[in-house]
Amino acid sequence: MSDSSPAIEVRELAKTYAGVTAVNKVSFTVGQGEIIGFLGPNGAGKSTTMRILTGFLPATSGSVEICGHSVAADPAAIKRLIGYMPENNPLPEDMRVGEYLHYRGRLKEISRKKLGPRIDEVLELCDLKRVRHRIIGKLSKGYRQRVGIADAVLAEPPVIIMDEPTIGLDPHQILIVRDLIASLRGRMTVIISSHILPEIEMTCDRVLIINQGRVVAAGTPAALRKEFLGANRYDLEVAGDPAELGALLTSLDPDVAVEEAAEPDADGFRKIVFTAPSGDIREALWSALAKDSRFRVRGLGRSRHTLEDVFLAATRRSWDATDAPASRPANVA
Amino acid sequence: MKHFPTILSHEIRMLLVSSSTYIAAVLFLALMGFIFTGILENYSHTPRELSPSAVFFQLFWIPVFFMVPLLTMKCISEERRHGTLETLLTAPVSTAEVVLGKYAAAYLLYLGLWAATGGFFFILTRFAPDSRFIDLGPLLGGYLFIAVSGLFFVAVGVFASSLSRNQAVAGILAFALLFALIIGLKFVGTLELLKADAMAPLRNVVEYTNVFRHLEDFSRGIVDTRQLLYYVSGGALALIFSILGVEAKLLHS
Ligand SMILES: Nc1ncnc2c1ncn2[C@@H]1O[C@H](COP(=O)(O)OP(=O)(O)O)[C@@H](O)[C@H]1O
Ligand SMILES: [Mg+2]
Repeated sequence: MSDSSPAIEVRELAKTYAGVTAVNKVSFTVGQGEIIGFLGPNGAGKSTTMRILTGFLPATSGSVEICGHSVAADPAAIKRLIGYMPENNPLPEDMRVGEYLHYRGRLKEISRKKLGPRIDEVLELCDLKRVRHRIIGKLSKGYRQRVGIADAVLAEPPVIIMDEPTIGLDPHQILIVRDLIASLRGRMTVIISSHILPEIEMTCDRVLIINQGRVVAAGTPAALRKEFLGANRYDLEVAGDPAELGALLTSLDPDVAVEEAAEPDADGFRKIVFTAPSGDIREALWSALAKDSRFRVRGLGRSRHTLEDVFLAATRRSWDATDAPASRPANVA
Repeated sequence: MKHFPTILSHEIRMLLVSSSTYIAAVLFLALMGFIFTGILENYSHTPRELSPSAVFFQLFWIPVFFMVPLLTMKCISEERRHGTLETLLTAPVSTAEVVLGKYAAAYLLYLGLWAATGGFFFILTRFAPDSRFIDLGPLLGGYLFIAVSGLFFVAVGVFASSLSRNQAVAGILAFALLFALIIGLKFVGTLELLKADAMAPLRNVVEYTNVFRHLEDFSRGIVDTRQLLYYVSGGALALIFSILGVEAKLLHS
């Protein structure tokens, strides 16, 4: 296995549950050491895809290769290549943290001699030293989540798969878990899923947006922004006649589109959101408005698109595609 | 089978911290204690032909009905309900190792509880040195029967647990299966219908599966390999079905 070969290669993966298509011809590759995020609304098929990657569920059709091993043909090898944390992070309630990791380490075939030091290392990494002797069932959610992550990374597998590792955590705990995942960067290939966008954006090198069992967009967050919301978007707070303002904007850039114009507030200022596809027009607009006595300006800024906008645009596009009658026959078949 | 010892020791530990184990143990020992004193009291009034230990083991089915379900109902259903089956089966272990580990743990505990009743007989020999009461043959035969039949009964409990994610349902199912196996087959053996000559092969089969007959033979010191085979193959079959059950549930889940 050379370094350039992909860690995960998924081709035309499909899964049908008793007639319900959960995953529909998904293909993607993940390079070694990459951190990739699955993003999608509930029921999109993220968990199903992950379960198939781990070999826990058989696929209906399509193939998955992890580090060159086929999941369907060689499940035993796959189990040794993957550290998996399922959705909702199930843990035995009445075991102690240290005991649990010891048991998991034995199951994952870490030799007795190496297991002790490795558990210490993982406890350190996940900041679990203080709760080592506590019963898992009595831990707070943040600690439990870290116990799940500790288990996933315990045997130092080349691929880590975590299903919604930050769900239900408070912002502070999310930060800790995010740093933990970021600390794996470069050493392990990581796939995480989430429907919380900032998480994915901050930790992942690449994002796969999944909706209705299909990959509807893939790429780095920046590339996705460009693809789905190419235009620059501006927020302007101004007092004056909107029709005259529209004329002024068009004179600066003929393709300007006003997206939103709020009602004027008590001081007569209204907030206007518009897009101008070509270049940055802030400076030109600012000087034009300053010179023009018909307008008074209070603020001008360029709003950055969040991944959320990309996500909404991508999922909307996929809903449109599936609602179109042309794609119906493919769905039924 | 590399992970069998790991899973076995884990499962034993989990059974030892589980409340249903203690409920099973307390109920079992209390019930067996009552039965035992009842038998002794009876014997002190009127001399009987059978030894007390033979009578004691004839009532083996009473504890089996509640003890086996209590010890096994959780083993797979609870893991499935919690989702820990997913972490377990994505570690490098096979379904067979998991099922066998859980089975062996429950079986050992089952044996352990029965072994505790050995204390009754020990006390009896200490304080009633009358050899009329203690007959080593039936005693050992009885324990051997418990050990051998337990192979099958506990496997039935594990099988029931592999079918449902609800441990109460699994427990009731185990009870029903054991009832059918022990009482149901005995009852079928007494049916008029089977007395007809044409039914002879069927009657032989039913006779062969009569658990009470086996107990009698064991107590008399007769160990028939066919009877051993009945329990061993029954147990193996139940375990194979449990493994298939776990895997089939995954396929269709
Ligand atoms: N065990 C199952 N049986 C039947 N349908 C299922 C099962 N698990 C998931 N599904 C369906 O498959 C789809 C995808 O589910 P899932 O992969 O859990 O989505 P996500 O994790 O993205 O929320 C959903 O429509 C869900 O209802
Ligand atoms: Mg999910």
